[in-house]
Amino acid sequence: MTATYFRPVIAIVLRYFYLLRGTPARWMPVFAWVAIDIVLWGFISKYLNSVGASGFNFVPTLLGAVLLFDFFTRVMHGVAGVFLEDVWSRNFLNLFASPLTIPQFLLGLVATSTVTSLIGLIVMLVLATALFGLSFFVYGLMLVPFLLILFLFGVSLGICTCAMVLRLGPSAEWLVWPVPAVISPFVGVFYPISILPHWMQFVGRLLPVSYVFEGLRKIISGGAVPAASLILGGGLAVMYILLACWFFKRVFRHAVRTGILARYSAESLS
Amino acid sequence: MAMDLTETILSVRDLRKAYGDKIAVDRISFEVSRGQIVGLLGPNGAGKTTTISMILGVLQPDSGSIRVEGMDLAAGRAQALGRTNFAAVYAPLPGNLTVRQNLRVFGLLYGVNGLAERINALIGRFDLEKFRNVKCGVLSSGEQTRVALAKAMINQPGLLLLDEPTASLDPVAAREIRARIRQFAVSGAGGVLWTTHNMVEVQDVCDRVLFLSHGKIMLEGDPKTLPDEHSQPTLEDLFVAVAREPLTQERT
Repeated sequence: MTATYFRPVIAIVLRYFYLLRGTPARWMPVFAWVAIDIVLWGFISKYLNSVGASGFNFVPTLLGAVLLFDFFTRVMHGVAGVFLEDVWSRNFLNLFASPLTIPQFLLGLVATSTVTSLIGLIVMLVLATALFGLSFFVYGLMLVPFLLILFLFGVSLGICTCAMVLRLGPSAEWLVWPVPAVISPFVGVFYPISILPHWMQFVGRLLPVSYVFEGLRKIISGGAVPAASLILGGGLAVMYILLACWFFKRVFRHAVRTGILARYSAESLS
Repeated sequence: MAMDLTETILSVRDLRKAYGDKIAVDRISFEVSRGQIVGLLGPNGAGKTTTISMILGVLQPDSGSIRVEGMDLAAGRAQALGRTNFAAVYAPLPGNLTVRQNLRVFGLLYGVNGLAERINALIGRFDLEKFRNVKCGVLSSGEQTRVALAKAMINQPGLLLLDEPTASLDPVAAREIRARIRQFAVSGAGGVLWTTHNMVEVQDVCDRVLFLSHGKIMLEGDPKTLPDEHSQPTLEDLFVAVAREPLTQERT
């Protein structure tokens, strides 16, 4: 793989940063909404600390969970958002009539989302630490695999939703944004998944992020995160990435075969 | 080094595409040589854009082959598309990027070496200096067409596909665009496949035309001599006659 291979990847990243530079409103989803979430949940955690009689500290549990879930959401929305820019600007024909390959395109989406998600993460960490005293030393080195699992699953969901929009048309955009909210009840962001009905627990165990939030609560309660659950969560996340790439490639081929891709610009007008 | 003007840039063989029962392109074959401008004419729904889409790799043919500079599009999509470029009225460049930004992004997509110099040269050649840092969305139709053509030339393509490049342009701007494309072909840099409904334009710039109707090539030849050869006063009359022709005659 030579440097030439990465030029189209850089093109995808560069285009989004031109857009960010040219439109301040595009910075809002990068850090503004997550910052608002941190402030909101920071105060909720503080309030619960003040009214709780047990002396339990809600900050690392609630605020930490919100921060990690927002990071996951940012990654997923980051991937989908870069893809949607091409839908909105009716750019598919220009893009896919170029030598750009699908792996290069997906790498470009992921690279862009990585940068924007890291910016969001830094903003959240600074706010949570400075305003609400959240110390990430509580989680120790476990924070690294936690973030990695969230990142990988966010990427896989992002790629899946891109495939969905490519397959169903531009109006399917509205199915993209609520995806993290839809999965949140299953993955136990704020509660152990053991309190869920069996079928929901089953779904939860299939989703890698469940293992992150279960692990987070284990650490807060003074326990150790079982290595097996981290490996399972990581393994599932990798599997979903591979499945998402396969799914996108399949949808793309279908779009090329049936003419969806060639007509996508025209469909964007409707 | 002298350009070989007999070199085949685009070779299309038995290309076919159907959408369900409707055959959009029906086993067409043609070639475009270096330095040649070939006009692809036909009524709406004749299969012109379907043909262009297949050559651009965004639509998979049911059968047949497409070779760009000898490279098979199906087997080496990225390589073949790296030697192709296009401009079409229905594929404007992102309006939220400036002229320079768009050219930079597409230059990277096409893996252009010495990109900064190439962008400067194109900005100069297409008279875009004062729009360098202007967002494409606010440019006039003529200016946007010039930017689209600059993008289409960014990789110094062997094959240039133009789908109604002068539609919606005033006569002065259209003439200017035709001159630039003619210049591209005459220089021997590549071959051009051009679709348009403007018969004056066809006679002005095309070396050869293909009349497409019902997905088939009905007629082929020199646009300056074709009307006489078919006892029609003008190319437009010939176009109308071919477009109305039921599928009785194929490729004369």
